[in-house]
Amino acid sequence: MLHVVGGSVYDPANGVNGEVRDIYAAGGKICDGKRAPGADGDGSAGERAEVIDARGMVVMAGGVDLHSHIAGPKVNVGRTLSPGDHRMDPVPRFGSMRGGVGHVVPSTFVIGRRYAEMGYTTVMEAAAPPMEARHVHEELDDIPMLDTGMLLLMGNNHFVLSLIDEDDKERLADYVVFLLGSTGGYGIKAVNPGGGVNWRRRGNLGGLDDAIDGHDITPRHIIDALIDVNEGLRLPHPVHLHCNNLGQPTSAETTLQTMQLADGRPLHITHLQFNAYGPKKGAPFASGVQPLADYVNSHPNISVDVGQVVFGPAVTMTGDAPFQHSLLKLTKDRWTNKEIEMETQSGVVPLAYSKNTYVGATQWLVGMEIFLLTEDPWRIYLTTDSPNGGPFTAYPWVIKLLMDRAYREEIAKTLNKRALEASCLLELEREYTLEEIAIITRAGPAARLGLRHKGHLGVGADADIAVYEPCSDYEAMFARPRYVIKGGRVVVRDGRAVQECFGRRFLPDLPDRDHVTCWLAPEFARLYSVSFSNYPIDRERFEPCEVVPCR
Amino acid sequence: MAEYEGVVCAFCGSLCDDITLKVEDNAIVSMTGGCAIGRKRFLSPPEANAPLVKGRETGLDQAIDAAVRILSSARYPLIYGLSSTTAEAQAAAVRLAETLGATIDSTSSVCHGPGTIARQMLGIPTCTLGEVRNRADVVLFWGCNPVEAHPRHFGRYSVQARGWKTPEGRQNRTLIAVDVRKTLTAKMADVFLQVEPNSDFEVLTALRALINGANLTGDTFGGVPRSQLEQAAQTLLGAKYGVILFGMGLTMSSGCQHNVYQALMLARDLNDHTAFAVIPMRGHGNVTGAETVMTWLTGYPFAVNFSRGYPRYSPGEFSAVDVLVRDEADAALVVASDPAATFPAAAADRFAQISTIVIDPQFSATAQMAQVYIPSASAGIAASGTAYRMDGVPLPLRKLVDSEYPDDRQILNRIEEGVRQCST
Repeated sequence: MLHVVGGSVYDPANGVNGEVRDIYAAGGKICDGKRAPGADGDGSAGERAEVIDARGMVVMAGGVDLHSHIAGPKVNVGRTLSPGDHRMDPVPRFGSMRGGVGHVVPSTFVIGRRYAEMGYTTVMEAAAPPMEARHVHEELDDIPMLDTGMLLLMGNNHFVLSLIDEDDKERLADYVVFLLGSTGGYGIKAVNPGGGVNWRRRGNLGGLDDAIDGHDITPRHIIDALIDVNEGLRLPHPVHLHCNNLGQPTSAETTLQTMQLADGRPLHITHLQFNAYGPKKGAPFASGVQPLADYVNSHPNISVDVGQVVFGPAVTMTGDAPFQHSLLKLTKDRWTNKEIEMETQSGVVPLAYSKNTYVGATQWLVGMEIFLLTEDPWRIYLTTDSPNGGPFTAYPWVIKLLMDRAYREEIAKTLNKRALEASCLLELEREYTLEEIAIITRAGPAARLGLRHKGHLGVGADADIAVYEPCSDYEAMFARPRYVIKGGRVVVRDGRAVQECFGRRFLPDLPDRDHVTCWLAPEFARLYSVSFSNYPIDRERFEPCEVVPCR
Repeated sequence: MAEYEGVVCAFCGSLCDDITLKVEDNAIVSMTGGCAIGRKRFLSPPEANAPLVKGRETGLDQAIDAAVRILSSARYPLIYGLSSTTAEAQAAAVRLAETLGATIDSTSSVCHGPGTIARQMLGIPTCTLGEVRNRADVVLFWGCNPVEAHPRHFGRYSVQARGWKTPEGRQNRTLIAVDVRKTLTAKMADVFLQVEPNSDFEVLTALRALINGANLTGDTFGGVPRSQLEQAAQTLLGAKYGVILFGMGLTMSSGCQHNVYQALMLARDLNDHTAFAVIPMRGHGNVTGAETVMTWLTGYPFAVNFSRGYPRYSPGEFSAVDVLVRDEADAALVVASDPAATFPAAAADRFAQISTIVIDPQFSATAQMAQVYIPSASAGIAASGTAYRMDGVPLPLRKLVDSEYPDDRQILNRIEEGVRQCST
């Protein structure tokens, strides 16, 4: 039993905008104060409520990150490539809490701790290869403090593409349900759909209508079919798409065409920043944000997360292997590439974003423009595509940039001059309010993920609560919550984790579909190097889990 | 009688998962599929030994208590091995190391560790073994002998294996072997490059030069005639999907990580022309898991020290052989490996002189030198969990028979609990 007293509550999902309210929690859930256990003599009567004095403070639901790379094979490759980086940020064991290393690609226990120490309690792993999903789950099990799930890579899957070739949407839906169910995936992720197939001969795709080796279809067909299947199944989250042509000066054009092809159907475009560049004479690219923001503003079916770049070291890791190889050509440094049979591929390249270079500064500006030009905060979410645009620990800094125009302009004026001159940033007066921050970091992503018990503080929601002390320096405010409560227990005090807890795995409530075994098993035996019987993961492996209803 | 299909054989890095086993009266009585290594381990498992403390048979609880006492009072405990147990047990060992402030190292440091160091320096273009089976038309084995060490690798993954784009198996592939002697693997190859011992770096450098169009002077490189190298370079460049598989001939000969670095650079160069992947031919069944688990928990793959309360990484400083030879460790906990049989004598001898604890299903050579021996349930036979194949693909190990002893994870957790109680 917990009682958070007297805070200014920002709970936009329930229309509460800074009013002073008390929040009650019992049994891990938010409850009604009048009917709080103890008040009416139910089971926990006599249990003394823990009182959190939140007077003068800001109270929000626990943060929700819908796109972050926190667990699995490519994240571990990122760790492998970063021993020097780890040495910059050793994290000692603290009481009963496990230590590790931090900085750009932290060890698992530190990931959970650091997220909680910013007030976050839910994170979605953004890209899991089905064949190595067991590895993703094992790492997620070692991330404390967070409820988690994983999005499953499908955009270059042989069976997905072949079934689209055959225009067999029924079997495609069966197969998607099989993949999600057997590997514990939460939703459909597609990365440079089709591009990974051509990457097998070290090629790529230029746009939505380019030919895919060995198939009669183009990326357009893959995206269209996956959206159809996703909406037919009414999965909790829309298709989560990393667009084709990422990082290129034609990427904004491709992204716009991709949004148009959704044609009113729900679609989430991830790390839009990396895909919002237009051509510029004499430069690698320039901002192409305006037409994309216009489209998002007028089309409520589209949501985006930003993938804001933060200056300093980063480790890029993505299923977009051809793009990663082009990054290697720039950095000429470390590069890991991996092809996973029949399914997907990935590339990992460490790099650093510099505000002194035209490219680094432009990427930062593009991210800021997306934040400031997108009007509906419910459809834009704060991410750095961690650790691609920089580590998630930079979120409080990004919040300060959004809330404090003077500070933002102070930073902007230190950037590469040519990049700044080409940007409209200095004309953008918008400052995010606390309510809007609560939307882009909690309420919005939770709603878009279909997590009805997350991102808000209404009765019945999970008792995940962050209490911040107001401060004119918003970075300091959001980097050091006074209290973070996870499932009704205080896990962070004064910005420091004080006790470890372990969260649940989100799984979608999949509909019953025809079994795929009869047609898939023989093909699987022909094409895979593991036995079909060893591919699905035992359901108990996902426990404790929470089954999330479909829309 | 129970029959199990799709059983994973955890006794080498290939992790073949197509074994059928029959179990009767809590014993495996027959096996279909698999190789000689697997047959021996599944069908003739070593007799279980009772727990021992200072050579005397004792109960499990007493042996665990003795281990707790040794580790709690040690000033520099070393935890070593881990390559033949489950990922879950490996994670438990890391947790124990953290609680103790110990040094923890896996068999990687004496096999493929230098390859891992090269991967840290450079990264690696790689793929799963199914890609090799489905696509590879040029396969290069460097310093490894899978015919004897990974008996089914050729058939399942890399040579005779028939795959998607390689329906004729062997006929669709050009096989190149590089080694210091004509191994059985080399005898099967279309092309064999015999290098002089400890000349791998030179040969790799010459190959890279040829592929990059440099003007090479000289007639032989590391014992390999220039014409052979030129031909090999052409074969590599002509691949549609090439794979380099390397073994300890590369990681443990002169140059160590530099050899692997050069092999990875060779693959990087080739990727400017065609698709090329590199896979380390890991030996022990779950040595890949040991590196994987240690990396997600500590950030580092092996040779990790917790004496300051946080992980530090330093091969050469915190690797087991070095810690022992310098006489730094005063206690050792050896899990699921037999270093006394593989370490240089100066290091192996130390196990008899310090307080050594061995957790192993077998009464190994190291166990015979130890103060405390704790038998455990064998991973993949009497204990379940996850193992990582040499290409990083995780596979489930199943419990097929009951053991009278707990598994490694349970024993390590009990020791950890005991150590924590001792310190409070």
